[in-house]
Amino acid sequence: MRRTIVSAAIALAALTAGAVAIAAETVTASEAEQHPPHRHWHFEGPFGTYDRAAAQRGYQIYAEVCSACHSLSLLAYRNLKELDLTENQVKSLIKDFQVPDLNDDGQPIERPARLSDPFKKPFPNTAAAAAANNGKAPPDLSVIIKAREGGADYVHGVLTGYVPFDKLSPEQIKEFSVTKDDNFNKYFPGHKIAMPPPLSDDKVTYADGTKATLDQEASDVTEFLAWASEPHMEARKNTGVRVILFLLAMAGLMYVVKRLVWSDKH
Amino acid sequence: MDSSHGSPPVFNNKVIAWIDHRLPIFSYMEKEYRTFPTPRNFNYFWNFGAIATVMLVLMIATGVVLATNYTPHTTMAFDSVERIMRDVPSGWVIRNLHAVGASFFFIAVYIHIFRGMYYGSYKAPRELLWLLGVVILLLMMATAFMGYVLPWGQMSFWGATVITSLFSAIPVVGDSITTWLWGGFAIDNPTLNRFYALHYLLPFVIVGVVALHVVALHVHGSNNPLGIDPKGPQDTVPFHPYYTMKDGFGLMVFLIVYAGFTFFAPNLLGDAANYIPANPLVTPTHIVPEWYFLPFYAILRAIPDKLGGVLAMFGSIAVLFILPWLDTSRVRSCTFRPIYKWFMFVLVADVVMLGFCGANPPEGFWVPLAQIGTLYYFFHFLILLPVLGKIERPLPLPSSIADAVLKKKAG
Repeated sequence: MRRTIVSAAIALAALTAGAVAIAAETVTASEAEQHPPHRHWHFEGPFGTYDRAAAQRGYQIYAEVCSACHSLSLLAYRNLKELDLTENQVKSLIKDFQVPDLNDDGQPIERPARLSDPFKKPFPNTAAAAAANNGKAPPDLSVIIKAREGGADYVHGVLTGYVPFDKLSPEQIKEFSVTKDDNFNKYFPGHKIAMPPPLSDDKVTYADGTKATLDQEASDVTEFLAWASEPHMEARKNTGVRVILFLLAMAGLMYVVKRLVWSDKH
Repeated sequence: MDSSHGSPPVFNNKVIAWIDHRLPIFSYMEKEYRTFPTPRNFNYFWNFGAIATVMLVLMIATGVVLATNYTPHTTMAFDSVERIMRDVPSGWVIRNLHAVGASFFFIAVYIHIFRGMYYGSYKAPRELLWLLGVVILLLMMATAFMGYVLPWGQMSFWGATVITSLFSAIPVVGDSITTWLWGGFAIDNPTLNRFYALHYLLPFVIVGVVALHVVALHVHGSNNPLGIDPKGPQDTVPFHPYYTMKDGFGLMVFLIVYAGFTFFAPNLLGDAANYIPANPLVTPTHIVPEWYFLPFYAILRAIPDKLGGVLAMFGSIAVLFILPWLDTSRVRSCTFRPIYKWFMFVLVADVVMLGFCGANPPEGFWVPLAQIGTLYYFFHFLILLPVLGKIERPLPLPSSIADAVLKKKAG
């Protein structure tokens, strides 16, 4: 009797474990084809840091391309100094920017941007942004890397994942009801994306002479946006290493003390 | 200072003696945390009560600091959290400790609950101790849920929508209750404000119930892996330094894992969608709660009827309240319950499986799987537990704790 119940219990446990394993398997299989490929990022891993040169180039992409539609509202121009730029370099980057303000009489004016200003928004408000973009405001990019499943890989994937209409198979056109005016993106959920392909080879001319291929541009702007999403990541990892080393030492010490205290009871 | 079992301590320091004569806090600490006789055979599962207490203190400490920098307004909450992450000095440490800390508080408490169930710590004379523990769990769930709403991301907003709408399933007064909870006819600023107030209040209520939990614990002392009562001084050791040091070691190991997540993967346990500001006009494709609610969420969705689902979900916690009376076995520890022991592991597997069901959209085979899981969950508590206690023949219990410990050493 007991033996039967025990074996029933074990069988049930094995069955549950099996069901969960199969379920997990099916999920990965069905979603696999939409996932952008994993790339190696400079900021990956427990010791990864931001590639400053890439992030500076990425800022150039943002300023010359993305900022026409996408805001970066949580950043201020002063933050750019964290990308190894001097104060004067940042000042020269923003010298032509005019930002809205009020004068002493309370009248709206435009004045040159200062380091303390937040990044200038492309549209005065969300309604204006939506009106200029077929009814849907382009998302703010401040935390975009944290706000998407897949993070940097996803953002890079979307930027490079456009497929021109004439390269689509008839099945794809039928399944997703794509027309000539739609933008088809391999990695965007649902594939039809409002944003036209923003980057292409030689879209910008890099100041440091790096060849501006589509892949290079997408990697650079992703590096920049990763920094923008979490400017304190390097401090976080540095602190983490020290915290864990301390805790390891403390755990070792506690273990020795515990052994000594218990030695008369063992 | 000198003390021995039974006699009150004598304090050599005059100031301490003066205070203690009028307010015996030192005698109390001496009695409850130093000489307190504690079974000598605890395993590392017994660390998690102390670890959970430390997590509670840590959550309150980080939470108070966060509160000084957070703005509970629908138009500013999201940005104020990001401002803490960016512009408040070391704000990112505090915020990550708090957000990841919620998960680790639940990890500690879930292990603590498993310990209590596996070793029968809920049985006489510790039923009230167990009930207070379930009250703490409920308060923690309410606190965690409301805390998750505060950053006002997409999951904050839609999670709050799903959970508060549950109350509308109550017949007749449901809609009124929901309106009352929201402070209006939709989730909006009044909702965020009251959740913030309650999220700040409830942790201190938890502290109060934890105090009662500890008082109840110190009446009959701790249970132990053998589930038999200590019979004399040879079965126990003073709480300090034996268990303060053992808890200290266990705590450090726990903190290493916690720090690993906090500093190297702070967003791994969270949902990316909560970094999208709340938007009442855009429903996320999958609304999922934090991982520690997933099994209960699966039970909620397993029942095709809304009111039925709500009742099943609350019922899954409610059965814990009557657990001490559902278990008919006279033996506490699963060590001596050869059959029930296996069903404990099946229950754990079932809850984990329900967790997977809760994480996935309720379609395809996930629906029947969640239903089987839910059925088994209630079968375990309501049928298996009372019946098995009657028919199972427990293994012979050792004559004393010391006896078992010494035999183990020799063998």
